[in-house]
Amino acid sequence: MKPFVLKIGGEAGYGIMSAGLVVAKIASRSGYYTFDYSEYPSLVRGGHNVMQVAISEGPVLAPYMHTDFLVALNQDTLHQHQHEVIGGGSILFDSAMNMSVKNVAKGVHIFDVPIHEIATRVGGSLIMKNTAALGAVLSILGGSIDDLCKMIKEEFRDKHESVSKRNIAVARAAYQYVQERHFDKLDPFLKQKRVRKEKIVVTANEAIALGSIAAGMQFAAIYPMTPTSAILHTLAPHQEKFGYIYKQPEDEISALNMAIGASFAGVRSLVATSGGGFCLMTEAYGLAGITETPVVIIEGMRGAPATGLPTWTEQGDLLFTLYAHQGDFPRIILAPGDVEESFHMTMQAFNLAEKYQTPVLLLVDKHICESHMSVEPFEYKKYSIERGNFVKTKRVNYKRYAVTASGISPRSIPGVGNHFVVNSDEHDEVGYSEESSENRIEQMNKRMRKLLTCEKEDMEKPRVYGSTKADITIISWGSNKGAILEALQHCKNVNFVHVTWMNPFPTRALNNILKKAKKVLLVECNYSGQFGKLLKEKTGFTPHDTLLKYDGRPIFPEEIIQKIQSLLDS
Amino acid sequence: MSKKKLQPKQYLTGAALSTPKPCTWCPGCGDFGIWSAFRAACMQEKWDNKNTALVAGIGCHGHIINFVKITAFEGLHGRALPVASGLKMANHDLNVFVFTGDGDSLSEGGNHFIHAARRNQNLTVILHDNALYALTTGQASPRTPKGQVTKSTPGGNIDDPLHPLRLALSAGATFLAREYSGNVESLKEIIIEANKHEGFSVIQVMQPCVSFNKVYTHRFFQENIYKLPEDYDPTDTFSAYQKTFEWDYKKIPVGILYQEKRKSYEAQLPVISKKTLVKQPVKKKTITSLYKKFI
Repeated sequence: MKPFVLKIGGEAGYGIMSAGLVVAKIASRSGYYTFDYSEYPSLVRGGHNVMQVAISEGPVLAPYMHTDFLVALNQDTLHQHQHEVIGGGSILFDSAMNMSVKNVAKGVHIFDVPIHEIATRVGGSLIMKNTAALGAVLSILGGSIDDLCKMIKEEFRDKHESVSKRNIAVARAAYQYVQERHFDKLDPFLKQKRVRKEKIVVTANEAIALGSIAAGMQFAAIYPMTPTSAILHTLAPHQEKFGYIYKQPEDEISALNMAIGASFAGVRSLVATSGGGFCLMTEAYGLAGITETPVVIIEGMRGAPATGLPTWTEQGDLLFTLYAHQGDFPRIILAPGDVEESFHMTMQAFNLAEKYQTPVLLLVDKHICESHMSVEPFEYKKYSIERGNFVKTKRVNYKRYAVTASGISPRSIPGVGNHFVVNSDEHDEVGYSEESSENRIEQMNKRMRKLLTCEKEDMEKPRVYGSTKADITIISWGSNKGAILEALQHCKNVNFVHVTWMNPFPTRALNNILKKAKKVLLVECNYSGQFGKLLKEKTGFTPHDTLLKYDGRPIFPEEIIQKIQSLLDS
Repeated sequence: MSKKKLQPKQYLTGAALSTPKPCTWCPGCGDFGIWSAFRAACMQEKWDNKNTALVAGIGCHGHIINFVKITAFEGLHGRALPVASGLKMANHDLNVFVFTGDGDSLSEGGNHFIHAARRNQNLTVILHDNALYALTTGQASPRTPKGQVTKSTPGGNIDDPLHPLRLALSAGATFLAREYSGNVESLKEIIIEANKHEGFSVIQVMQPCVSFNKVYTHRFFQENIYKLPEDYDPTDTFSAYQKTFEWDYKKIPVGILYQEKRKSYEAQLPVISKKTLVKQPVKKKTITSLYKKFI
């Protein structure tokens, strides 16, 4: 069953996103599952913002193309989205704003509500338009106005009491207006379910920040950049309580070098950025590699190259992160597919970084970084902090880069009495600069051996969703997971292989899966099919067909269903 | 720090600081003076692998990490300061010395130099200033004087040189000194003072490159430097600023030009007010209290 999709749009600066999030939270509190998705330009004021919230009785994993309920706070929203509203759906518009509704599907209910006027009438102001819209929406959908009032109080806790009072008055007035004027058209979709599970409504950014804190992260250096800034917003307020330092550095070059310095001192370190920031980090990426310094890097992809599409999504940095920096060094690259995986893989990344003493990069994208999903609180009882081969006392004959079978050498830190050099030059076992042929080969092999060890001891196999026997097998990675799983519910005899380990790569496991597959469809969000290239390089396999998207929008379940249909028909 | 264990005779000898690596600087290089002064300071102040760490950039200066037996991080060209900043925030008990060059800190790493100074990170920066790029065999650096002929400026340098102490002062550094690498005893004292100072300390060491710089030679500095007079007041920002403009024949001031009492960056971080970050155990944390915002 397709979820109920509410879409709210208006001018940037009028709290469209926070209104959408409130709807998601109220739905979640009422026992439903939600997934929200926002589209906005790289502006603070004046552009067109729109956010959709997909609501369902069971988990919902992706945004959809259709709209059940459109809330338009300006004419632009109507222009751009009224055609998406399906028959039997609804449109709510601001009747105080000289807006007109035209060309909508048959059977669409129209709710004219003077949002603008209500916002200013009961002691409020124009900025409270979103609050008025929320009151009206909840009135139509049978949501709890008390929940909304509670949330308004929570939201404005730190502001003067009058702010929440005025907002509440506006919300109640709009609620009442709709009850009186539109009593015959109400659709109490959101009335409370009896069974309610405790849920949180979080983005992958927030999940990554929470996962870092849970994993005992101690130092984070993050320069603001869309779409990962919310990681720093989540981390910055809780430093004292959880005992870590968040530092805003002068640039991303500094960010990763600082994190490497902190890790050299012995603390768990994190950086987060997007592709453009990672361009600046590539230099220190290899530094962490050759100096064997653990560090976790979050790379949230967006439309590229250069400034590209700053507030839109893409999966165009896979090959970049795999090959960035000159020469060879071991790097571990993981690509979680949703909020839940982002949380757990972040925690895992800290252990992997310390075990293998090398950079671990988590590849996410704007789509999951900024889309909220309702999930049950994260469960991580089984997780334990593993710091690897860590020497915290003075040791006779200590060698930082001792050559070992696993490739992993004993890591010590300054201040415990062991002398060693952590060196960006090729170095000997102590760390002194050393350029001899034998030493170079020995140290290079030692470092690269860590990847083989990781492949054996930690790498996870790709997960197959759906029946093992299928007419069509979809192969994909990262954030496409949600849309593909949604699509799977509407397709028969289709299964899905989701790959989360990009390096090391699960070659053998994929060979086994792919040789049994009848027809393989590659789905990813970039121009050149980067995962397809990686797959070809590692397995020699070429998918039978591809569905590539690079317009900045995530892939929607409907697009996958359509593609599957055309494959079945051909 | 662990003073009771120290046995000066067996511990603080030059031999304890020596490494098996042969020195690779050119005979007569100014870096030997910096090396001697730093080793002497280590011996006098008991800086060792329990209490000190070094960070270096890339350039001839960076080789020093192979010749001093104290744990070191040799990073990337221009990036010594952010590595040192991260290190110091994670373990502020350590004496952290940053060895850098004029190309390293003023050209490739100029942004980090400005911002580390602005934040007043509690680091001692020893800036090996030979006024050109030596390791890459003699191109112009941000310190090369106007008109000088180098491999990259065959028609004479048309860029004006940068003045690191003036730059550091305007960026917010709180300890500024200059010395000629040949004045080993005085340089040692300045290094010790700079380390005692809480905040961002910059020592510009005039370090002649005997192979490529025929202008800033040992003789040039021996003839043209003068010690700041005893009555010079390094706490006066204005006179320090004026001093940074002195670079004339027989008029290059050496000594401590500026010292200001101001809280270091590390001293303002509440998380490490009681204990260094590295001494706080890494623990799995319960995050339930953070869920409120997300319900």
